[in-house]
Amino acid sequence: MNDGQSTFLDAFRLLASGNSELWNIVLLSLQVTGGAVLIATLIGLPLGAILAFKRFRGRNAILILLSALMGLPPVVVGLLVYLALSNVGPLGVLGLLYTPSAMVIAQTILVLPIIAALSRQVVEDYAAEYHEQLAIMGLSTWASIRTLIFEARHSLLVVLLAGFGRAIAEVGAVMIVGGNIAHLTRTMTTAIALETSRGNLALALGLGVVLITLSVIINAVLMAVRRSETRLSYI
Amino acid sequence: MQPLDGDRHALERQVLPIVAEGTTFVGTEGQRLLDQVDLTIAGSGILVVMGPNGAGKSLLLRILTGLVPITHGKISWAGQSSLVGNVRRIGFVFQKPVMFRRTVMENMTFVLRQFGLSKDDAQHRAERALIDADLHHLSDAPARRLSGGEQQRVAIARARVIDPEILFLDEPTAHLDPASTAIIEKMILDAKARGTRIIHVTHDLGQAKRLADDIVFLHLGKLVEHGNAETFFAGPKSKAAQAFVAGDLVI
Repeated sequence: MNDGQSTFLDAFRLLASGNSELWNIVLLSLQVTGGAVLIATLIGLPLGAILAFKRFRGRNAILILLSALMGLPPVVVGLLVYLALSNVGPLGVLGLLYTPSAMVIAQTILVLPIIAALSRQVVEDYAAEYHEQLAIMGLSTWASIRTLIFEARHSLLVVLLAGFGRAIAEVGAVMIVGGNIAHLTRTMTTAIALETSRGNLALALGLGVVLITLSVIINAVLMAVRRSETRLSYI
Repeated sequence: MQPLDGDRHALERQVLPIVAEGTTFVGTEGQRLLDQVDLTIAGSGILVVMGPNGAGKSLLLRILTGLVPITHGKISWAGQSSLVGNVRRIGFVFQKPVMFRRTVMENMTFVLRQFGLSKDDAQHRAERALIDADLHHLSDAPARRLSGGEQQRVAIARARVIDPEILFLDEPTAHLDPASTAIIEKMILDAKARGTRIIHVTHDLGQAKRLADDIVFLHLGKLVEHGNAETFFAGPKSKAAQAFVAGDLVI
């Protein structure tokens, strides 16, 4: 009857003791997810902004595709990346399978449609407000898009958080392409899955607590930054 | 406001005269929202575009700035058939002020920086413009935190800071109280006094009488009258304009 309680206590004890394996796992999770969100942002944000600003043939098809890809099942993405990176796959020579790089690739694919699609939605509202003003100033497409992204910066922060949330919580893709190798490709989510199946509920729960706490902290910090910025000025 | 000295773009990009011939704009449902409008804009002074709602006033303004492409007819700016993509000396003030999410000062310098001014030059020029417009005390205020009247004053100061050849105003005082309107009308007259050509859309008869040198009267997409303001108000020729000037409801 006390099992649940003691498991919780064990979890906190593990955290407090500064267990290095635990913190390695946490660090790798943040690195992989951070890397994926960074790359997906560098591609997806401009892509979303272009889709918001320009009208061209095939735009609607791309919008539909992006929305659909937002719901990509992580295991399927994991499988496809696995096939691409495996020895017999087209990118097998790179030797990336079961490395953190492979995990970043898989998560980038998962996060990119979210960031592109949501950025498009956000920037489109700003484009409606500013496009005539930008046109009067004679700004080029690129200068306009840069301006729109800058004007929308506070709203776009929420888009990045959505991407981050998707990636940090994801287990299927990183499990398949990373292999959940201790000290190498084990993340919080894959470790939780493993420890649960092993019956190490304390460690699993400890990781769960860390995962949720980290997500809350990261969201809180970024939202605080956003709020102070908007309050200072620029609603 | 002094000209943008030493700035290549500003010196090269002429806008006037704007010549519109047989300008027609057909809406998505086939209706002629602007019908065979001939208009030449050069010289100086304030041209007030009047007419009831739906007459095509705002549309005409957007066509004259190249924001909206025409369906039929011809339009040219200083002999050029296109303005698209060129940094140019046109100011436009919208009915609802479009403020960037930056400070007042940054709103001003952002526009100047697009003209290739250095940071220091832009800052210096923007400061003088804000002093001129009696807005200097708001320099560091977030532009979107200002009142509607203040935002519109910043919008006009920002449109003027590039020393535009021509300034388009699309009912800039439609949402403002008399005190703000008075300040804005003073800014418009000041711009005129410094040689900026002004095209001002309004359906406020009193404002038209206070500001206009010339009048264009639009009705149902057609240019019904165009001429000297005094002559127009003394005796409008068309039925629609007569009714409008008399204060009747023109639909």
